[in-house]
Amino acid sequence: MSEQVWLELVAHAYDGLPDEACGLLAGADAEGDDAEVVRFVPTANADHSAKTYSIDGRELLAVERALEGDGLVIVGVAHSHTHTEAYPSPTDIAQAELLGPWHFVIVSLKRPEASARSYRIVEGHVVEEPVVLVDR
Amino acid sequence: MPVSVRIPTVMRPNTGGESKVEVVGGTVGSVVDELVERYPGLSTHLRAADGGLHKFVNVYVNDEDIRYLDKLETKLAEGDEIAILPAVAGGA
Repeated sequence: MSEQVWLELVAHAYDGLPDEACGLLAGADAEGDDAEVVRFVPTANADHSAKTYSIDGRELLAVERALEGDGLVIVGVAHSHTHTEAYPSPTDIAQAELLGPWHFVIVSLKRPEASARSYRIVEGHVVEEPVVLVDR
Repeated sequence: MPVSVRIPTVMRPNTGGESKVEVVGGTVGSVVDELVERYPGLSTHLRAADGGLHKFVNVYVNDEDIRYLDKLETKLAEGDEIAILPAVAGGA
């Protein structure tokens, strides 16, 4: 992802406090192991909770449609952990059942400086992948 | 009753990449049956063990959530737009 996307992601995580914040990661294609996130689309946390998040289906649909018009697809989802490490929780893993192709970026706000890690979650198995900032 | 069904990106590997498919069905349930028949790979995405809808799947008819309509019994009219979406959620 670009530094711009990264800054938007972290800003949205802070904006969401005290609740968890979430948003969708858009890229040119959803195939392959690596994904270049070209746009971060902030979404509302429909749970309004510091412990869980969900994206309303209607908002998800609107985002999918809007991205399609720009030739982009959703390649993943990002959410914040307000007081814990950037590692998928049991809830994150269970909820990922149908989201195998997606990349899961978790932003931790536990420390003064935000940090992020990214994962694939396939059939209950969590595999970390590097987050690389690129110049565009 | 021909209706169009929008397939979410996460399920497109099971529809040969198709994002929109035309299906004939009088209710949402019959459309799901038809989809699974045509694309057997969708079965584990759409169906729960008890034959109902998978708990992490949401279905919208003309942007209305079927949970607030008649669920799988929701009747369809020609040209209705059905959207299948994965539930996107998690927690710390």
